[in-house]
Amino acid sequence: MNQIFDYPDLWVEALIGTLVLFFAGGAIALVLGFLVGAMRVSPVPIARAVGTLYVNTIRNTPLTLVLFFFAFAVPLLFPVPRGSFLLLAILGLGIYTATYVAETIRSGINTVPIGQAEAARALGMGFGQVMGYVVLPQAARSVIPPMMSVLIALLKNTTVASGFSVVNLGNIRANMSENGENQMVTILLVMAVFVALVLLLAWLQRTLENKWRVAR
Amino acid sequence: MSGSVLYDVPGPRAQARNRIIGAVTIVVVLAIIGFVIWRLFATGQFSAQKWELFGYTRVWQMIGQATLATLTAFAAAGVGAIVLGFILGIGRLSDHAWVRRPVMAIVELLRAVPVLVFMLLLYYGLPVIDIRMSSYWAVVLALVLYNGSVLSEVIRAGVESLPRGQQEAGYAVGLRKAGVMRLILLPQAIRAMMPVIIAQLVVTLKDTALGFIITYPELLYTAKLLGSNANFGSPLIPSAIIAGTIYIAMCLALSYVAHRVQERTKRSPKVQLTIAPLQETTDTQLIATQARTDNRTGQAGGSV
Repeated sequence: MNQIFDYPDLWVEALIGTLVLFFAGGAIALVLGFLVGAMRVSPVPIARAVGTLYVNTIRNTPLTLVLFFFAFAVPLLFPVPRGSFLLLAILGLGIYTATYVAETIRSGINTVPIGQAEAARALGMGFGQVMGYVVLPQAARSVIPPMMSVLIALLKNTTVASGFSVVNLGNIRANMSENGENQMVTILLVMAVFVALVLLLAWLQRTLENKWRVAR
Repeated sequence: MSGSVLYDVPGPRAQARNRIIGAVTIVVVLAIIGFVIWRLFATGQFSAQKWELFGYTRVWQMIGQATLATLTAFAAAGVGAIVLGFILGIGRLSDHAWVRRPVMAIVELLRAVPVLVFMLLLYYGLPVIDIRMSSYWAVVLALVLYNGSVLSEVIRAGVESLPRGQQEAGYAVGLRKAGVMRLILLPQAIRAMMPVIIAQLVVTLKDTALGFIITYPELLYTAKLLGSNANFGSPLIPSAIIAGTIYIAMCLALSYVAHRVQERTKRSPKVQLTIAPLQETTDTQLIATQARTDNRTGQAGGSV
């Protein structure tokens, strides 16, 4: 524990780095994922095809490669201000995680009984109404547990950004070793922080799940 | 005609509207792709100098070796993860609390820690107490520990999703616990969970790229190395494109296998999972449900 008290600034900075990546990346992932998920179930064939292509390609790309592209290739192509590694990593994490969000939303829609959508259509509702009034409100509830799993995975994935010059819990080890501290202790502490954060999210997952359980 | 229950078969007006939305989608996507290609041109990424490097046999030998390094790490990690997954999965199903509880704690711990942090612990942490290993073993062991714990949950979910009668019938014909597990439960569970297991192997393959960060000379590491060759104008983007294509091709191939297996499983009369609807949903039930519902490249929860 001494390491945390000896270098509070470093640890706070690293923790904030991880949390910024998590929240900002998560926000992008949720918005983009919702859009792509909607595209994948939409009545427009071309939108479905684009959504499928996006999900299948990015899901089969290692996150390290996605971040590699954002950290090294994007600054060569676009006029990005120098040293904006954090922003690029957030974009990369968001774009990668969005595919999982999209898939989760899609499988959440699949858990809604077919009769619900059929009944809505029988009432003469269009696609927007079927989704907005009938399917999504029900899907949203059953989607919460897997969505939290996606967010937990995102939290763990933020460490990958540490390989691309973004300060977070993943590379505090390097700082500590420069200060001559015991690296193993540092890494074990980082592990403990992650276990605590994941337990927190898992607790949130259970709470939300119990609150919004679908009676079916 | 259309498979979806979410909307009616489009009539003339809906078809016309869909065509317009489709055209707008195409324009937006083409605009994005066009912009990227224009930037690639404008920054000279397609110049002959940047691609000259990839005309040498030696360079392609390096890429081949790197791909092989990725695949070796993947194969070792995959086999190890499956073995560990069975050990932990069966341990969690044990009747003895002194086996079940510690295994449960281990699985939860392994699942909560990022793979990269494991790799760092093995590669940079353990030398402090004089345990040294090559970057290859750090990558493989970290992947085995993490994916093994995820697979153990998958296997457990598979066994628990089987009808109770299977187990009881096994005991009724005089089998012992081990016999019931080995001859009755596991074969059915594995068959039902095969798509999820292969999908987890795709995750393993993807995660070998983390070796890049701890300097294991795999595909991405080699791409960076080739990309920083100043004599050829630092062809970083060409080499990233090549490495990316190889990665995506390998993962897509494995995902396709998972998809095919899932299609076969769905048609097979031998697999009939009985899962309660999403009431008291636990992570594992979700895995089971996901295996049941349509999920092309079925992903176990939280295993991204």
